Parts: sequence; C-alpha cells; structure tokens
Amino acid sequence: MPSDVNKGVAPSSKPKFWNDPDKRAMLFQILMILTVLGFFAYIISNALYNLKTRGITTGFDFLDQSAGFEILLHLIPFDATFSFGRTFMVGLLNTLLVSFLGVIFATTLGFVMGIARLSDNWLISKVATAYIEIFRNIPLLLQILFWYVAVLQPLPLPKQSIEMGAAFLNNRGLYLPAPVFESGFGFVMIALAIAIAAVVFLFRWNKKRQDETGQRFPVIWVSLGLLIGLPFVVYLIMGSPMSWDYPVLKGFNFRGGATIIPELMALLIALSVYTGTFIAEIVRSGILAVSSGQSEAAQALGLSKNRTLRLIVIPQAMRVIIPPLTSQYLNLIKNSSLATAIGYPDLVSVFMGTTLNQTGQAIEIIFMTMAVYLTINMIVSMLMNLYNKRMSLVER
Amino acid sequence: MIINDTKLPDLPPPGSTTGVVGWLRKNLFSTPFYSLLTLLIGYILFSTLIPAFQWIFIDSDWVGDSRDACTSGGACWVFITVRMDQFIYGFYPEAEYWRINILFGMLALLIVALVYEGTPKKGLIAAFALTIFPIFAFYMLYGGSFGLTLVETHKWGGLSLTLVLAIVGIVASLPLGIMLALGRRSQMSVVRSFCTVFIEMWRGVPLITILFMASVMLPLFMPEEIDFDKLLRALIGITLFQSAYMAEVIRGGLQAIPKGQYEAADALGLSYWKKMALIVLPQALKIMIPGIVNTFIALFKDTSLVLIIGLFDLLAIVQAALSDPKWLGYSIEGYAFVAFVFWIFCFSMSRYSQYLERKLHTGHGAR
Amino acid sequence: MKKITSLAAASAIAIGMVSGAQAASATLDSVKDKGFVQCGVSTGLPGFSNPDEKGNWQGMDVDVCRAVAAATLGDASKVKFIPLTAKERFTALQSGEIDILSRNTTWTQTRDTTLGLNFAGVNYYDGQGFMVSKNLGVKSAKELDGAAVCIQSGTTTELNLSDYFRLNKMTFSPVVFDSSDQTVKGFEAGRCDVLTSDQSQLYALRIKLADPSSAMVLPEVISKEPLGPVVRQGDDQWFNIVKWSLNAMINAEELGLTSANIDSEKDSADPSIARFVGKDGPKGSGMELSDDWAYQIIKQVGNYGEGFERNVGSGSPLKIDRGVNALWSQGGFLYAPPMR
Repeated sequence: MPSDVNKGVAPSSKPKFWNDPDKRAMLFQILMILTVLGFFAYIISNALYNLKTRGITTGFDFLDQSAGFEILLHLIPFDATFSFGRTFMVGLLNTLLVSFLGVIFATTLGFVMGIARLSDNWLISKVATAYIEIFRNIPLLLQILFWYVAVLQPLPLPKQSIEMGAAFLNNRGLYLPAPVFESGFGFVMIALAIAIAAVVFLFRWNKKRQDETGQRFPVIWVSLGLLIGLPFVVYLIMGSPMSWDYPVLKGFNFRGGATIIPELMALLIALSVYTGTFIAEIVRSGILAVSSGQSEAAQALGLSKNRTLRLIVIPQAMRVIIPPLTSQYLNLIKNSSLATAIGYPDLVSVFMGTTLNQTGQAIEIIFMTMAVYLTINMIVSMLMNLYNKRMSLVER
Repeated sequence: MIINDTKLPDLPPPGSTTGVVGWLRKNLFSTPFYSLLTLLIGYILFSTLIPAFQWIFIDSDWVGDSRDACTSGGACWVFITVRMDQFIYGFYPEAEYWRINILFGMLALLIVALVYEGTPKKGLIAAFALTIFPIFAFYMLYGGSFGLTLVETHKWGGLSLTLVLAIVGIVASLPLGIMLALGRRSQMSVVRSFCTVFIEMWRGVPLITILFMASVMLPLFMPEEIDFDKLLRALIGITLFQSAYMAEVIRGGLQAIPKGQYEAADALGLSYWKKMALIVLPQALKIMIPGIVNTFIALFKDTSLVLIIGLFDLLAIVQAALSDPKWLGYSIEGYAFVAFVFWIFCFSMSRYSQYLERKLHTGHGAR
Repeated sequence: MKKITSLAAASAIAIGMVSGAQAASATLDSVKDKGFVQCGVSTGLPGFSNPDEKGNWQGMDVDVCRAVAAATLGDASKVKFIPLTAKERFTALQSGEIDILSRNTTWTQTRDTTLGLNFAGVNYYDGQGFMVSKNLGVKSAKELDGAAVCIQSGTTTELNLSDYFRLNKMTFSPVVFDSSDQTVKGFEAGRCDVLTSDQSQLYALRIKLADPSSAMVLPEVISKEPLGPVVRQGDDQWFNIVKWSLNAMINAEELGLTSANIDSEKDSADPSIARFVGKDGPKGSGMELSDDWAYQIIKQVGNYGEGFERNVGSGSPLKIDRGVNALWSQGGFLYAPPMR
C-alpha cells in the first residue's frame, strides 16, 4: 500500500540527529571547543587568582629594568647597566650562535661518517660504525658534561698557555686576535659581495655551458681566486683599513682579542658529535635508497667513484635525506638548551635562568622562551621545506 | 709435438687474493689513498685504545671500600662498587630494596616474553604490561597500602627512577598519542587543527623548558588545594612531550595502512571507532613497533634531563656522588659508568628495533 | 553570530564555576593534615643544609624547619626536605610546593615586596666574600681586576659582584653555574681565578676542595647578606609560627635553656622560663599551637647556639666563629623580641 511505503520511508529520510554524522560531528566539535576554552579559562583564572593572592608582580615591565649582572659571552654590547630585555637578546644570540655552528659541524661530521660507514675500506667503515653506535646511545646531557671535563682538564692555566702564533689556548678559552675595522673597510666588504655574486653567476654559467657543450671550466680555482683576490686588491688600494687586536696576558687573564670560551667548545663538540651520529645514519639510508643501478650505470660510463658519489648518488639521495635532516636540525637547536648544565650563557641559561631568578616572573619568562623556540622551529622548517621543494622538483 | 689432452687441475687463485693477505688487500689497502688512511687510523686507534684498555681493565682497582684502595693509577672502579646500591636504588630504604628487585625481575620476564617470538598469547601479555603492571609497580614502589611501608617519591632515585620515568612516559603517552594521531587525521576541522597545534607546539620546544614549566608553573595553574608531587609533575611534562612524538609515529603507521582497508571497513558498515579499533590500529600498531621503540630510546636518554629540575635519576645521583669530598677527582669513572649503563640499554633496544624493521620488511611490507 | 554568543556564555559559566571553587587554605591546617612540613633546602651545602651518608638532612637551615615541625606537629622529624636549586626556590614557594623556604636566602627588598614572599627573620648574618687559590698571591679583592669569577646563578651575589667591580673600576668575566657544587668544580679545574659567595658558604665549599689548604678566603666583605627562612605572603598565622620558632631558639640561648637542661629547668621559678615552656604567658593559642610548642623546639632541636656549634661552629668541620652571629648581649646581632 502506498501509505505504508510512505510511512516506512518517512523516518529514514529524517534520521534522529545523533545518527547524522554531520550533526554529530558538529556537536562533538562544539563540545571540544567548549572543553578547551573551559580548560584555559580554568587555568588562567587559577593563575590570576594565585598571582594576586600571593602578591606576585606580573606584566612585562621588568624588561626595562636594569639587569645588574654580567654575562660571559655577548655578541652585542652588554654590561650590568643594560636592561633585562637586553639579556633576552644576548641569550637568544648565543643560542643562535651555537645552533648555527652546531648545524654546520654536525652536518659535516654526519656526511663524512655516513659515507665512511659505506666505505669499501673495512677499517674506515668499522670506525664509522663504532662512532655511530657508541655516541648515538649515550644521553646528550652526559656527553656535554663529559666533554666539559674533557676539554677543561687537559688545558693549562693562563700563565702556562699553549701558544699558537698570535693565538693562545688555556682553560679560559681560545684567545684569537680580533680584526679591528677602520674606515674604508666597507669597500672591502662590497668587493667581497661582488665576488660572491660573480661566483654564483660563474657556477650557473658553467653548468649551462656544460649542459650544452659538455665542456668543463675550472670553476673552483677561478672562484677561489675571485673570492680572495678581489677583496684583497681592494684592501690594498684602500690602504689596509684593518688592524688586529692581539690578546695579551695582563694580570690574571688575556685581555683583548676574541675569545672562544671552553663552554662553547664543549657544547659544540657534544652537539655535533651527538647529532652527527643521527645525520650519518640518515645519509647512509639515503644513499642506500638510491638504487644500485644508478651507481653501476655511472661506473659503466667511466665516472670515478668520487664523481659517482658527488654527481649521481648524493643529489638523488638528498630527496630522501632532507626531511629527516630537518628534524635533526630542529633537535639540535632544541638540544642547545642543555647549555645550562655547563653554564654556557644561552637563552635558557641566561633568560630562563638568571633573569627569571632576579625578577621572579616565571610565567612571562617561560612563555617568552618557549615562544622563541617555537618561532625558530617554524622558520627552520619553512626554509628546509622550501629547499626540499626545489630538490624534489627535479623529479620527473 | 706434445699435446696434453688431460685437463689440468684448476690453479688456486693467486696468493695475494685469498686468505689473510687477500682480505687485507681487498679491505684495507685497495688503493694508495686507502692504505694511507688505514695506516693513519690504525695508528690513532692503537695509540688511544691500548692506554684506554689499560686504564679501564689492567691498571684499575675493583675491590675495596675507600679511596685508599685506589693505588694502581688506573680507573678507580671502587668508587662505583661502593656506591652501587645508591646508584641503583637511590635513597630508597635499604630494608625495602626487595620491592624494587621484584619489579626488576618482573620487568625482565615481561620483556623476555614480549621479545621472544614463540611466546603464546603475546597480545594478552602486552596488555598486562601496559595496564596492570604499571599500577602494580606503583603500589609496590610507593607502598602505603597492602601492609607495605610508604616510601615518599623524593626518596626514589638512581637507575630505578630513570626506569620509572621512561616506562611511565612511554606507557602513558601511548593512548594519548593514539588519540592525537587519530585527531590529526580526523575529518572534523576543529579536532584536526587542535591536535595539529598541540602536537607541533610540544614538538617545537625543548624538553627542558617543559620540565621547568611542569616543575615551577604547573602549581600556579592549579587551585591551591591541589598539590602535585614533584615527580608527578615531571611525569606529566614528560608524558605530554612524549605523546606529541608518539602521535607522529602513530600517524606514520596509520598512513601506511592501505586505503582499501579503510574503505573495506566502511563498506562493511563499521562505525568509526570499530573501524579503528578492529581493523586499522591492530595493523598499524604492528608496523609502528620499531618507531615506538625508537621514541622509547630517545625518551630513555632524555630522562637524564630531570637532573636540571633536581630529581635524582642515574646521572644526577652519580653527579651528586662526584662532589662527595671523600671521592673527589673520579668524574671520568662516574661518567663512564653512567654512559655504559645507558649505552647497554639503548644499544640493545636499537638492535631490537632494527631486527623488527628487517623482519617487517620481508613480510607484506608497508611499501 | 548566535553561535558565538552562546559560546561566550558557556565559557563565562565555566569561568564562574572554577573561580567559585577557590578558597584560601591555611598553611597550618594543610601541614597538620599532611602530617609533615614541606621545607625547601639547598641541594647540598655543608653546615646549612646537606644530607649525610644516610640521607639525613643536617644544618642551620634544616634546624629551622625541624623547629617549625616540632612546634606545629610536636615532632621535629616530621619534615619533608625538598632540595631546590637557586633558580627554583622562589617559584617553589610561590606555587605552594613548599611551606617554608630555608635555603640560605638573602633578605632583600625586591624579594620581600614583589615576589609575594615574607622573610620571617634572620638565622645567619652573612656577607659576600671571595675565595682564591693561594698560589695566585692575591691579598685583597681590590687586586682582582680582570679575573674570571665563578658564581652561582640567580643569587644576590651575582648582582653584588658586578656592583663591586663596577664601583672599583675593575673588570671580570663571570662564569655562571647552576649549583654551588659546580662552582667548586669549576674553581678546582681552574676555570676561574676566584670563587665568590656568602662567606659562610665559602668556608663550607672550601672543604669540598681536594686540598682545602690550597685556597684562602680574602678579608673583604662586600655586601650585607642576612639569611633567613621565607614564607608565602597572605598567611599571617604561618608567618608568625615560623618567625616565633626562630625567636624561640634565640631566646632559649639567652635564657640558658638547652636540649640537655630544659627538662630540669622546666619547673624553674624564673617567670621568663615559665612563659617559655608554656606554663604562663601567651602560650601557643595565638598561633593555634600547643602550649609547650617552644619546649618541644628546644627539647628536640636545641637552642640557636647549640645548632650553631653543631653545624658550622667548633663542632663541625667548618669552624666558623660566632662573630656577629652571637647574642646581642655578647656583642653580636642576635636580638629576639621577648616572649610575653
């Protein structure tokens, strides 16, 4: 009967709302938003209440107060009269310094060891394997503490410094002559910039020429000449507008020059050695991921082993390598925060340590510190993603 | 004319390509450059490893009860042996050591049962290890009920604390990680973006800042009546941090399950949760085990950071012992001991995960 | 639009719900509930707060906590010691993790007024000094121009140090560590020429050197460092308990009451002693303590002088003189208000 059919259809065309996935999803999401908002409201109101009843000062006014303490290593001018806000900058720059150097050293070490592990030479491959298996499986914090002892202990006191030309090495650090730039040095920098631009152009031109004619041009030597020669000529023309500030032993320690403090050395060694093991494994698996037909074909074409690696294998392996390499770089940057264990004045040690202590404003300072790491992380991932995109475009 | 029509026997390969000499030539001295490298590395190894070996084993002192026993100029392992109990059990009362020992034994049994391939009912054992065992272990360690004396958490320390931190971190972060991973792959935009933000935020900051936040700020966020134990706060921090990494491992596993599985489950009319619990997760979890073991290794090493917030894990307790005026100057021995313990744990775990990876690869692999 | 308003309303309800649930709980009640006093101490500073081989905490700062436990719970052993680094200490107190911070903490205006803390008194008058290796040949802090100085981070010494050097037109490079142990190790390894800290700590840290006689403490004292126990602001009752526990220890020394003789002196005719042991006078009611609270402190912990001798004085490896930490009647600064 038609009426029965209608009866049967009517309920199914209008299901109960909890049986409709869309509505259910909507409800669920609204609930979730409410829970999250409620949660934040809860902890924020708690925090405000606690801060108020306990009479703890809040706000960011402390950033303008003068710091009153000194920092061992500062890339920008700093002394006790500068503000707490400045300590933030000093700490941040020190973090960036150690991260930047760490990334370079770790990458170099990682590539060398990763390739060495695949070497035909039994000893080399075993040494690389031993390095990877040992240092990968020991906590980084322990390695930092160990290297600090290992760096400090064998070095002599300032009065018995090891002399290396104009540089001195002792347990207060490595003292190097520092360049002092006089007026006119700007032209030398301009010359250097021009040389760099010329080298970039040269490389592109050479690649194009090689693609078209197969002829190679000794780019390496020419560009080295350009990079060194051009600034040097300008330097001479301008009448040597630079002098050196030599470190001199005066009183207890060396004065003048530039210093690489032992904390930085220990931290750099530990970070590069530790991260290097992971990069080595990434490089190795990247190389293994390139099918062996590729290197066999290259050998059949008569390319040397070195060239096969450089021109055929690594460019293809890069595609596999870059994503995990990015996360290793991010790890290294985050791990640089362990500096606080040996007193290297990075962001965590200076800002989340001393500044937090002198002002007592934990919430503001911890959030600022976390925000910095998040931002650095986001910037690095973005850059590496860009690079990765360029690399993967090569794919057909 | 002499014609030799009998086949001459095969000559052996030239002496220089077989045996020790051949192996050396092939593997160590194939080119002049390699020969030079081999000699150089060989020399460095020889001149460092021999004294190190001598320092560790030959010139070292193993027995005694004070630093006077260390006379032979090598490593002073007496420092370690004298304090071994403290390094393993922390400040746990000596009369209660048996409780930790029982747990160590159970843990070892569970691990053997889970790793050994022929064990029947592995799923049940794993479920036991992930649910009942931690609860049991908590009551054993903390006491205060079932006739056990109460042992405050600030007395926990040493290797046992390191294990507590690592195991709780991994066990508690597993369900959280699964929820986050499912959320990040959800169709609901709010859920997806919330989970994504959560995961990326925790992954973007160093563990130290999280531990510091957990240790000093968490109490400010709670009403006054609620009082968290310091260890509990560290555990909350570690768990949240770890769950973000776990979520990414699980997401990888979920992505590796062929789409057909999802579609087939949908076609059978299974609800979302049934689809996940009965079809997708059981397959995905199996593929994820190596990844989970790897995050566990990372977590195990990271537990040493609790030193910075003043918990006495293995590294911290050894460091504290190093500044004992009676035992000054044995930092290298102390650090070497900690390094050795961590290395044994991490190396064996990484071997296990590599073995699993190989095993999974030969089967109906993900790719 | 409708959705947004309903959302806002819902979250407003959520906020209302939580804020209603909060009520200030008195520290004394929570201590009595828990059955122990939570006391923040250092991670190991001989003489002030340091665990012995068996893990029992000992020292001047530890005694203050034990005294408070004796006064409130009648048992000096009911203390849970929480070792804190210099960095953690204030947040641990602010957040309620500990009930008293007794961790060689200097009383300053900033700390007293902006951190939500209250200093309950002074249990040790200290000043910042310098320790140098003897073979440097330095006789005065004025000769330290250009030195590398080991300091513990997050302390007032860090600030005094840079003030002092700036004032005397000298330079230094700060080598900052998280714990006092690390500063000693740094000093021993030769990372710095000078170790600076409160003088009492210098003596304590010196015995942590492999060869304590190789280092000497310079005569200059460059700052005032009154060290004392700290409590949270907003709980006056608890503040009073801590303040008077410390006062009781000092008054007991003045009255000649020691842990050994208090039982026999209890029934003395001296009205001050009668008030002290709670037979007369204010007793403990104003602080909601038992009447014999002060008696319990002296019986179980001892008076100030006993603690001093035992922990930092002649009975200890530190061998520090009473100096300014003697009673006012003996030429020192210790002057506790009368108990009446």
